[in-house]
Amino acid sequence: MPNFIMSYLDGSVRGTPGEAGSQFWALIYVFIIFTGVSVAVMAMNWLERKALAHFQIRLGPMRVGPHGLLQPIADAIKLMLKEDIIPAEADQFVFWIAPMIGLLAAFAVYTVIPFGPSQAVSDMNIGILFMLGVSSLGVLGIVVAGWASNSHYPLIGALRSSAQMVSYEVAMGLAVVSAILMTSMNASGTGTLSMIGIVRAQQEQGVWFIFKFFPLGLIAFVIFAIAMIAETNRAPFDMAEAESELTAGYHTEYSGLRWSLFMLAEYATMIAVSSIAVTLWLGGWMRPFPNLLRAPAWDFIFSLFPGLTFVGLAAIALVGVVRMPVHSFFRIQRIGLAVFAALLGLIALLLLTIAVAGRSVDTTVAASSVARFREGIDHVYWFVLKVAVFMYLFIWYRATWPRYRFDQLMRVGWKVLLPISLGVLVVTAIVGVIVS
Amino acid sequence: MNAGTPDGSNAHTNDRTHDVANRGLSNLDLDAPATPYLDSNELIINMGPQHPATHGVLRVILKLDGEKVLGTECVIGYLHRGVEKIGENRTYTMFNPYVDRMDYVAAVSNGLGYCEAVEKLMNVEAPARAKYIRVILTELNRVASHQLWLGTHALDIGAMTPLFYTFRDREEILKIFEKYCGARLTTHAFRIGGCQYETYAGFEKEVKNFLTYVAPKIDEYEELLTTNRIWLERTKNVGVISSADCVALGVTGPVLRASGVKWDLRKAQPYAAYSEFDFDIPVGTNGDTYDRYLVRVAEMRQSLRIIEQAVNGIPEGPIMARVPKVIKPPVGEIYHSIEAPKGELGYFIVSDGTTQPYRLRVRPPSFVNLQALNRMVRGLLVADVIAVIGTIDIVLGEVDR
Amino acid sequence: MAEEIKSPFPPPPPEGEKSPVAEDRAPIASTAPAKPAPPARPEGPVPVPWTSPLVEKYRSQYGSGLVALTYLGQNYLTVDRSLVPDILRLLRDEEQFDYCVDITAVHYPKREKQFDVLWNLYSYPRNERLRVKTQIADGASIPSSVPIWPTANWLEREVYDMFGIQFDGHPDLKRILLPDGWKGHPLRKDYGILQQDQEWVQINLGIESGQ
Repeated sequence: MPNFIMSYLDGSVRGTPGEAGSQFWALIYVFIIFTGVSVAVMAMNWLERKALAHFQIRLGPMRVGPHGLLQPIADAIKLMLKEDIIPAEADQFVFWIAPMIGLLAAFAVYTVIPFGPSQAVSDMNIGILFMLGVSSLGVLGIVVAGWASNSHYPLIGALRSSAQMVSYEVAMGLAVVSAILMTSMNASGTGTLSMIGIVRAQQEQGVWFIFKFFPLGLIAFVIFAIAMIAETNRAPFDMAEAESELTAGYHTEYSGLRWSLFMLAEYATMIAVSSIAVTLWLGGWMRPFPNLLRAPAWDFIFSLFPGLTFVGLAAIALVGVVRMPVHSFFRIQRIGLAVFAALLGLIALLLLTIAVAGRSVDTTVAASSVARFREGIDHVYWFVLKVAVFMYLFIWYRATWPRYRFDQLMRVGWKVLLPISLGVLVVTAIVGVIVS
Repeated sequence: MNAGTPDGSNAHTNDRTHDVANRGLSNLDLDAPATPYLDSNELIINMGPQHPATHGVLRVILKLDGEKVLGTECVIGYLHRGVEKIGENRTYTMFNPYVDRMDYVAAVSNGLGYCEAVEKLMNVEAPARAKYIRVILTELNRVASHQLWLGTHALDIGAMTPLFYTFRDREEILKIFEKYCGARLTTHAFRIGGCQYETYAGFEKEVKNFLTYVAPKIDEYEELLTTNRIWLERTKNVGVISSADCVALGVTGPVLRASGVKWDLRKAQPYAAYSEFDFDIPVGTNGDTYDRYLVRVAEMRQSLRIIEQAVNGIPEGPIMARVPKVIKPPVGEIYHSIEAPKGELGYFIVSDGTTQPYRLRVRPPSFVNLQALNRMVRGLLVADVIAVIGTIDIVLGEVDR
Repeated sequence: MAEEIKSPFPPPPPEGEKSPVAEDRAPIASTAPAKPAPPARPEGPVPVPWTSPLVEKYRSQYGSGLVALTYLGQNYLTVDRSLVPDILRLLRDEEQFDYCVDITAVHYPKREKQFDVLWNLYSYPRNERLRVKTQIADGASIPSSVPIWPTANWLEREVYDMFGIQFDGHPDLKRILLPDGWKGHPLRKDYGILQQDQEWVQINLGIESGQ
């Protein structure tokens, strides 16, 4: 077997592939993350439509696949096959490249997002700065799209969006800085900008930063949570694409694949910013109470969670199978859902097996690699679960709130969030100095 | 549409006389000479006729400075069907279904106004039972109209969910209509002289069930919106219009009442059986979008009160007055108006003694109220234009007729 | 619906052929060539002179230019065209007719002064309605009442659109419901119900006929 595969399997690669200088594994990670995020976006698409529908006493997609499970795939095929319309008056090249810019910015952020201590493409030592810098490039795609469309509504949408993202980035950045300050509350007194380092700092200090210097961490987190909705142009801050005002805002003139790239970028950004919030304040990949409940028994119990989650999902799918009306029309759907349930059950079984197998404290190479594999699954699971909570909140906000007006949004950004985040930053610094 | 280009604001030349795209631009006091596209300081954008928030085919031309509205001009008529001309060419009876197509979300009110106007012209009075049935259906329709308004208005402001709640409950009203007369939207429920259909078995019970069903639902809408901070920010002090302006602009209905004028035709000049019921006229104080919202929600509750009294007190008796088979009012003219959900809906009918009206004029509340849009949105932002269009509660079928 | 048959109707009128229930069942019967009206049928009420302090006051001022009548309890003033602006302004300022409900017109092609122009007024303080009517000839203009009631703006535009009556001093008198280039004024009696501006339809819609 080639060396670069073995090097990982025998555990000689510690840390992220980027860190270890393994281009092969870095590429594999990039591929996995790209696919994973794309699938997550499709799942999110389905989930949003279903959850939103149930908030609104509707059923949502029900036709394509059981409970509309295949709807995102059908949508994707439809969007890819649609005619690609470029308005005659548009600036062709810029119009063509705008969604690419948005997409690139959205996906580039994932290079530094740590799904686990070694489950990241790279552990950049300026990870958080890289993240802030790249994610703010996303606005460029929107502005360029609005300008290139050569149409009034997209132009207004782009203007709104650029003003909004630039203003909220300030509050967002200050909130991030106050979290970074907290990383220096250790023995050596040196902080870190590395995303993995930030989670490790939380591990060392034995507290998620949301609870650190209560309520300072919480306030900074809330500011970030508000700013990230504005940053991703989601309701109630979806001014840039307010469909009742600007028809569809910056992507009014887009259709088909190009439009779907914007959507992909939007959802990818949502996942990215949620990941950042999780990393900075919610302990990243850490399971709940890693310091309080540190006995190996607790480790084992928490390592059962991924498997149990899939058991739960399989059970829900099974309930769907049972509740499906008995009629020949539903036979295919019933079979499909049953297969889906079986698949989920299989994954659950696999995960549970790994959890049980990884429990052994054997020191053989095989056993330790299973244990490491189990650990990796745990890390990714807890990270994804925390991000999923944020994703659900995005949907919930959208169902509940009316849309802010542009000037009110700016007022909230500059007159409320900015002073508070500045204050939190200063107080955090003072408290940090006093405590240390 | 590229109104800022030199050819967009040109003086009318012969070949442009028929140009639909340039309709209505001359009034936007574009005193500055046509400027090159990118040098233009003001942005002229065309909201509608295909726009998600213009409630049909309203076209509003906005002159913007950034996002601030400097002036608006409404271009209407995209749904013009010549209802008044049709009225002159149909008999009184044949014209009755046409009125439903004006304000199609409050078709029952339209029918009530028309039938009462013709009855007044013929000096006929509908029997008491018919009047009660009319009141019940009209008030149900008022609730339905307000529900539709609330849902779409909230959707315009960005709250998606109330739309589905209101439509769910509006459905119950439409079911009652369907059972009563077979139609859900354009009901044609009334006839000149009374009602054609006796209430179906279980009508009273179903209406009462609806009343108990919908009262908590109205609380539910309010729960979502009334104290919602974003809703308050979006509606308070937006689109303010004073009572004096309302009167001068002829604005009626909830918009007038939200400005503090306690005037409702059901009280001021009672028609049908309204003088027999006990209800309040909700009024606002500020005349802003929020007050109009509160007034309409309160009106829904008052309508429920009226319906309850009417269902409990519905008399027995005939439902059709003694009217000849061929409706042939004597020579004369009549103006009759009712309080439709949108405001004063009037019918002015001139009869020459034949079976067809000589002239039939509809005084549409939406048309007149829409005129206030310009006054209400000047100086606000684009997002507020949407809120204000929604709050006036227009139905383009009635504006354009 | 079976209920309608059971409902207790009054006996059919002596001159009527059927019970009034049938009216909606047989709309064709009512469009049939008008049968001679039954001789016994009463002619209906006629307008009677209307007397009130308001009328007395203005009659002494304007004399014969003003006729006050009431019909079915609805009052109207028929005034000379030259008195219209004065009367309307006085009605608003002195008689509190602060709400202009409607402005409309009626076309009588056989008359010398072809158009009746009507102002439908309402007074909030008095809770009273009043119609003001005047007659004008085809092609004649009438002073605009926009300075008196701003609501008259669109109402007058509609009258102009539908009847071609000019309002002097209107800030922006142009078509409102029909497209700008349309020819003809549809609510005139000489404008047929199927008639339309074929040229406009051809140019703007690209079809031969809108029918």
